[in-house]
Amino acid sequence: MNYSKRNRRGFLKNTAALASLAAGGAELTKAQTPGTPAKRVDELIAYGERSRYVNSIRVPVSERHSPDEFGLTFHVLTPLQDSVGIITPSSLHYTATHRGAIVPDIDPREHRLMIHGMVDRPLVFTMDELRRLPYVSRIHFIECLGNRARPMHKTVQETHGLTSCAEWTGVPLSLLLKEAGVQAEASWIVAEGAEEVKGASSIPLAKAMDDCIVCYAQNGEPIRPQQGFPLRLMVPGFEGIYQIKYLRRIKVVDRYYMTYDDYGHINPDAKVAALTHQIGPKSVITFPSGGQQLSGAGFYEISGLAWSGAAAVGGVEVSTDGGANWQKAELRSPALSMAHARFGFHWNWDGKECVLMSRCTDELGTVQPTRAEIAKYWNEPVEKVRVRGADNSVQPWRIASDGSVHNGLS
Amino acid sequence: MVFPKVLAVAVLALCPPAWTQSPTYKLGRSPTAEEIRSQDIAISPTGKELPAGQGTAKEGATLYVRKGCAGCHGATGSGAHAPTLISRKGPQTATAVPCLAPCVNDSNTMGVHSPFATTIWDYINRGMPLGKEGSLTPNEVYALTAFLLYKNDIIKKDELMDARSLPKVKMPNRDGAALPPEWKHGTPRLQGYP
Repeated sequence: MNYSKRNRRGFLKNTAALASLAAGGAELTKAQTPGTPAKRVDELIAYGERSRYVNSIRVPVSERHSPDEFGLTFHVLTPLQDSVGIITPSSLHYTATHRGAIVPDIDPREHRLMIHGMVDRPLVFTMDELRRLPYVSRIHFIECLGNRARPMHKTVQETHGLTSCAEWTGVPLSLLLKEAGVQAEASWIVAEGAEEVKGASSIPLAKAMDDCIVCYAQNGEPIRPQQGFPLRLMVPGFEGIYQIKYLRRIKVVDRYYMTYDDYGHINPDAKVAALTHQIGPKSVITFPSGGQQLSGAGFYEISGLAWSGAAAVGGVEVSTDGGANWQKAELRSPALSMAHARFGFHWNWDGKECVLMSRCTDELGTVQPTRAEIAKYWNEPVEKVRVRGADNSVQPWRIASDGSVHNGLS
Repeated sequence: MVFPKVLAVAVLALCPPAWTQSPTYKLGRSPTAEEIRSQDIAISPTGKELPAGQGTAKEGATLYVRKGCAGCHGATGSGAHAPTLISRKGPQTATAVPCLAPCVNDSNTMGVHSPFATTIWDYINRGMPLGKEGSLTPNEVYALTAFLLYKNDIIKKDELMDARSLPKVKMPNRDGAALPPEWKHGTPRLQGYP
């Protein structure tokens, strides 16, 4: 089935229909504040939009062109410097596409999810059938394994913008697998998308039966196309590539399948291999962060995000002296399992140069490491340390005496 | 009768979780065999999903040009816009050469890093060529896979690749690949790190 071709035609047809609707639409004139651009009444009523004075936007990852030379493969960063609370608006959620893929335009009426392989009853579900089943709504972060701070990065959007957090709604994968009847010898699943390159990952069956969700909604509305419309597999706490967009197929199998998306995870060193699936405890200060400017000495509320791929956030500490002393920060949001949590910390800046840091301890007691601690683990000099697997190292922000904020890694 | 009870409990504890059960909601329909076959494109390292067909590197060299692979990957398999298909020699160190994503480790090409040749067959079949993904016949995929294996010095030019021979290809990284550890709810990714 060629989704992209058929749906490109469908897209053109819909655009034409919208244009003719707009031509006949009523003009709004009277009720406007002077200076507000003219909007049609039906537009104002139908789907709200943010103030034109709010201009927080996503930006592409600097190291990889978005799109690439082929007009494909986007890696786009969430503006964490502007974030408040724990929910990332769907329009600002980070997005990354498979190499060779662009956002497919899928008609949900034609989309199907097939479950087969080592099951007693292979099943095909329509979207309508999936929506009839019991569902859950859970708040979870998704983070790309490529989310690693580099000295050249200026802002928290660049250092950490490949993580976002949303409310995801759908059918527990365990429910669907039980409907199909998983056979006793099964140990893995292969989940696969419907985009051009049919991105597929091997996922442990234990995880699939534990907390994975076949999602059709994000933040209270159908999942956005960039996020996998109409169906996305949520694999809480695992790195982004596992969260299969455009989910079309789940095959229950008895081994790791070593797909194209899998093979990069393997490593001669079992320790490195272990660090590349689940996200470790991590946090970052979003205010003040790189590129921002403090207006002078005095009170500031340090604000940041903390998360862990294994559990809920247990606590966050902040250091205002480059890691010499750590003090407890306050959680300003619920600490949900495998979700961003918001922390705050009262801070009176004395106007002198200093380095701010945060570190997360998750409910299992695992502590986010500094780069020095990681260097010690791998027995490497700290200035040359290569952070293996998913990078969850502590991020330093250097406050200069003029109030400008800089990446402490540079 | 203490013993049998203890034994029964022990046996129950050893059994795998009882995930097999009867359906509760009875939604969804059974796919036809043809529906499953047409979508069943994930190829196991055992090769059990591989279709009939065959190809050699010699045939693959012709297809590499005719199907447009050379246009993106370069006439020699590297040095063009698309990721290189030819491995570097020596130990894997830095990501100097664009890796065939995901760049999780400092991985080199798929030919070197993947421990199974089935990964290459699987990806050419599902993801290539650009804009005509999934259009290659099994024979063409076998031939192109053979060509890439040959170009990476893994098989000989006239070695026939088919459903039997491909999974048996000894990849350079066959024994150098640690798989992800067994996943358990509520456990850190690596005990003692850092």
